[in-house]
Amino acid sequence: MHRTRTIAAWIFLAPALTAITAFFVGPVLAALVLSFTDFDIYTIADSSNLRWLGLEQYRILLRDPLFWRALQNTLTFVVAGGSLTVVVALGAALAIWGAARKVQAFLRTVYFLPVVTTIVAAAVVWRAWYHPRVGLLNVALRWAGLPAIDWLGNPRWAMLAIIVFSVWKNFGFHMVIFLAALQSIPHQLYEAAAIDGASRWQQFRHVTLPMLRPALSFVVLITVIGSFQLFAEPYVMTQGGPANATLSLVLLMYRNGFQWWNVGYGAAVAWVLFALLVVVTLTLSRLRLRRR
Amino acid sequence: MSGNLERIPAIAGFLRSLVLHAVLFVGGAVVLAPLVWMCLASMMPAGEASQLPPRWWPSHPTAEHYAVLFSSLHLGRNFFNSFFLAAAATALSLCCNSLAGYALAKLPFVGRDRVFTFLLALLVVPGQVGMLPLFLLLRSFGWIDTYWGVLVPSLASVFGIFLVQQYAQSIPDALLDAARVDGASELRVFWSVGLPLCRPILVTLGVFTFLGTWNDFLWPLIVLSDASKQTLPVALASLAAEHVQDTELMMASAVLTMVPAVALFLVAQRAYVAGILSGALKF
Repeated sequence: MHRTRTIAAWIFLAPALTAITAFFVGPVLAALVLSFTDFDIYTIADSSNLRWLGLEQYRILLRDPLFWRALQNTLTFVVAGGSLTVVVALGAALAIWGAARKVQAFLRTVYFLPVVTTIVAAAVVWRAWYHPRVGLLNVALRWAGLPAIDWLGNPRWAMLAIIVFSVWKNFGFHMVIFLAALQSIPHQLYEAAAIDGASRWQQFRHVTLPMLRPALSFVVLITVIGSFQLFAEPYVMTQGGPANATLSLVLLMYRNGFQWWNVGYGAAVAWVLFALLVVVTLTLSRLRLRRR
Repeated sequence: MSGNLERIPAIAGFLRSLVLHAVLFVGGAVVLAPLVWMCLASMMPAGEASQLPPRWWPSHPTAEHYAVLFSSLHLGRNFFNSFFLAAAATALSLCCNSLAGYALAKLPFVGRDRVFTFLLALLVVPGQVGMLPLFLLLRSFGWIDTYWGVLVPSLASVFGIFLVQQYAQSIPDALLDAARVDGASELRVFWSVGLPLCRPILVTLGVFTFLGTWNDFLWPLIVLSDASKQTLPVALASLAAEHVQDTELMMASAVLTMVPAVALFLVAQRAYVAGILSGALKF
């Protein structure tokens, strides 16, 4: 009886496990091996050109100013863009939570729409809005008496432009999670707090925030993981420019690996990204455990 | 007099609520503005979207850009590619993930916990890490520039397996045992008892996979270089690089790319949001 179930279980698992092993786990491990070699366009032509570099590849990486630039840009995007996304999402969720029942679902849908919009399609619109002369944002700035900004053409502003776009694109996702967490807080907690004479701010500080903590740590984690994978926004809007101001790690990997066929180097960038994510995930979950 | 004083908190509450709703609706308008402008600009005569002062409404609404997309740019093919690939990915991922998720939830076997932990650990690995070797592998199969090449990574997903596994746990064992007593094979039990009971989560997973594949950009960009095989986002990205000046034309193709995704979301919103939350709440 149990034997048949065990056999059935493995048969059921076989397609998924085979696909995941062959097309995901295998390639991830192969990327680690590739990252220790100088696999490049000459290797594709003739595999005898392959040389083992070992850790030298990572030394090359650490000496490459472009890598440091990409790392710095990615971290800026993760920290600034990530925290802005979380704050906007929380603000929107709290506001919708306080709104009349009748309009809550409608507003949630409206605020969520950018999330399901194809990122390339949305980026094309925002690129037009960021246009230095005829873009609507600069028209608005001039109308307010301020100087126009070359959002995507000026290295000082380009990353901010990408961040604003991605906050617009992503906050709805996290807002939905916050909203569900808010709606699951028992009413009795607020009634008890009100009887104790707690002000609205005190209720927020001592009831709402603690009850939101699990949702908050989940949102922070997925925001960080998602932000580290920044690619489509700079690819469409700036191609990593101007002056590499929006070059991200994934874009660096894509260019090296898939455009210039420096596969070994690209694989090393990918593994650095992976290692960074592991460190960040472990740190965040340790922080979470300590708070508990 | 005292009656008026008592009304002050009520008035303050009303005002606060008024301001809150005003802010929310203005915010909603701001959030929607880029999408609305995309649709309006796609109907403007050529050049009007870049005019100063800018305009919201097309002076003479026209469908000429949509006609160009389908005639000279052949975006109809890309639309079909996107649709076919999203549908195929959805069917494949539903098969693989429902089988695996059901097995992990309802078929106890030695080593199940280890399989589970293995899959859990994979959640940390970003999808981009294996892309270079996967590309080389598919290249050796001759799968580059084919639909298969695009579909391979979406065959099974850890997220999908967990989604089904969590849901399937709520199926009472008694129901499955009753079918077994009647002499049904395990596959039969899965097909006629387990699967129908998992329907809601399969709808959720299906909507997620369809939208995810429709909107996906990096992998199709890598695999598909032949313009006639590309998906809409990839075709749109190369269009956006080549036709920088033709804002109205680009907006028309952006609308074409966006509308199916938004429409599916609006229809299946409940299932989609349920999927996000089942991920978030189990955490």
